[in-house]
Amino acid sequence: MKAVVWEGPTKVAVKDVPDPALLNHRDAIIKVTSTAICGSDLHLYDGYIPTFMPGDIFGHEFMGEVVELGRDAGSGSSANPDGLRVGDRVVVPFPIACGACSPCQRGLTSLCENSNPNAGEAEKVMGHSPSGIFGYSHMLGGYPGGQAEYVRVPFADVGPLKVPEELSDDQVLFLTDVLPTGWMAADMCDIQRGDVVAVWGAGPVGQFACLAATQMGAAKVIVIDRVPERLELAAKHTGAHPLNYEGTSVLKELRELTAGRGPDRVIDAVGMEAHTDVTAIHAYDKAKQVAKLSTERPQALREAILSVANGGTVSIVGVYGGLVDKFPIGSLMNRSITVRTGQAHVHRYMRPLLDKIRKREIDPTFIISHHLPLAEAAKGYDMFKHKEHSCTKVVLKP
Amino acid sequence: MKSTQNPERGTGRLVRGLGVASLGLGVPMLLRPDSVARFAGVDDSASAPALIRVVGARELIHAALCLVGPQRSVWTRVLGDAMDLAVLAAAMDGRSGERRTRVNVATAAVAGIALADVYASVRTARSQHGRGKPGPLTLEASTTVNRSPEDVYAFWRDLGNLPSFMQHLEEVTPKGDDTSHWVARGPLGKKVSWDAEITGEDPGRRLAWRSLKGADVDNAGTVHFAPAPGDRGTEVRVVLHYDVPGGLAGRAVARLFGEEPEQQVRDDLRRFKQVMETGDIVRSEILPRGTEAKRQFLQGPAQASAQTSNDGSSR
Repeated sequence: MKAVVWEGPTKVAVKDVPDPALLNHRDAIIKVTSTAICGSDLHLYDGYIPTFMPGDIFGHEFMGEVVELGRDAGSGSSANPDGLRVGDRVVVPFPIACGACSPCQRGLTSLCENSNPNAGEAEKVMGHSPSGIFGYSHMLGGYPGGQAEYVRVPFADVGPLKVPEELSDDQVLFLTDVLPTGWMAADMCDIQRGDVVAVWGAGPVGQFACLAATQMGAAKVIVIDRVPERLELAAKHTGAHPLNYEGTSVLKELRELTAGRGPDRVIDAVGMEAHTDVTAIHAYDKAKQVAKLSTERPQALREAILSVANGGTVSIVGVYGGLVDKFPIGSLMNRSITVRTGQAHVHRYMRPLLDKIRKREIDPTFIISHHLPLAEAAKGYDMFKHKEHSCTKVVLKP
Repeated sequence: MKSTQNPERGTGRLVRGLGVASLGLGVPMLLRPDSVARFAGVDDSASAPALIRVVGARELIHAALCLVGPQRSVWTRVLGDAMDLAVLAAAMDGRSGERRTRVNVATAAVAGIALADVYASVRTARSQHGRGKPGPLTLEASTTVNRSPEDVYAFWRDLGNLPSFMQHLEEVTPKGDDTSHWVARGPLGKKVSWDAEITGEDPGRRLAWRSLKGADVDNAGTVHFAPAPGDRGTEVRVVLHYDVPGGLAGRAVARLFGEEPEQQVRDDLRRFKQVMETGDIVRSEILPRGTEAKRQFLQGPAQASAQTSNDGSSR
């Protein structure tokens, strides 16, 4: 089969690799019909996530048709009470969850304790291991990703969710990651009446975080980015107030927009490769990152913490990989700020969000700018990374 | 409050503490026997200083054994205490007044120490592997399993299950009574086998075993099971003792070949948890057989490998 394979920093290729096979009784093999390039794939693409190896297959946002089921993969679960059958059309959550361990039973599926066979590697870097993730380095399980013609899905009785025929791939594909991630970002803010919410990053997750914050009753949502098309998209589809950080001070602007209070809830939907127009800080972060003295460029997170109102909440869903420098812990501690974080617990958001899509309360397709055949994945990565051709989201078709 | 510490670690600390006490007693006995004789009320005896020096030398041997030897060497202190008490009982005869008081005080002190020694000795016998442990490798690891202690214990007690999650075990065959036959893959692909017996069993709480005489690799182990707080399942703590061929050097050589023993035990326990909670070892394409050591350490790209097949999930 064909798959999108990493060959080294900023190098991807579509190659012939062996077809996946069932390895566990609860596995399913999915024939991929649509798969997307995620902003967090860019961290892998650029080579900043430890233990992603040349030859590894990308992709954790994918959906398709069930073509093979392991002995125990078809039994019913909360996702699919009737069980899975060959021929079912499903969306697959990016974290792999067993459904039986204590975090899974508490709904914290991105912290599944059984799905990462390489947990020992993750423990060295992070102390404890989160769940395994499709196509996201050996430290997180070494599972081949879904930017391929076929993919093996472990714990298929727990993860994949059947989707109705009347909905198109584009309408439901983002249930796998960016939609629940944006939703959880706003959910972790516990938005109260009158709250002002600021979101760093107008990529797909930032867009959906704006949408969620609006639907959860925020008085005002402000979205911060430097790409005019992305800001316009957010303003048009989510009602967020756009703030372009180029040539202005974000802290000053946010203070202005909130009459000195600062936003009550802030969301970092940027992660480890933030840009800033303050050249000295950017150069400092970049130098440390390149020299492997630090793994992150956390400028969005720094601004989020410094700007949030006293007693406010910082919600982090942008991906970080290791260690951070110049973290404003003094501001965080002295001002009673709450931090909430996490890879999305996709399993618990998928069903309610699917219902919203069916009822036309959400139409996630507005973030898609490009459809490409799988064979043109390299072009898609390059375009998405450099935000060329107004690229906001690339959907690949195997 | 019930301690969640590994009970064996507590016993180890106690034994080492008693070893330090031996050191503290032995040194003054050797260097200043006259002062010790005065303190114990036997300074009127001409042979006392010589005898005290001998006892001091013996204390240093206790100290060495307790500090660097196996835990069970605390028994030697109990023997020493018995000898000391006998000598002191003899010293009571024919002494009166202040000397008699001092002899009594010394006897009471030795009796107190003897009680501590007996307690420690009984603890080493009860919580450990019955008849001593082989050295020099001690490995410890723990995990929490989201099942009841009874379930977790029952699965482990069925020793034939062990190879399903221990990557170096090939087969364990229980043999009716408390003995079993074990086959393992040793370092450098060499096969090793031994017979083992259960040395301690407390259903739902503790299981201890050790290899019988003639084993290729002398080994012993104990697993402690305890309910985790707040319905979080069962805390499983494993302590293993191995006699790796070649001792510490053997261990270093084994490491060169990617056999990191501590990590191995932790990984084994993680797979134990997987089997208990999900019914299977979780495989990914880079680890298609789940428990094969070589693949754990030398990982290729995460793509389906050609030789994996559908029967990979048997067990």
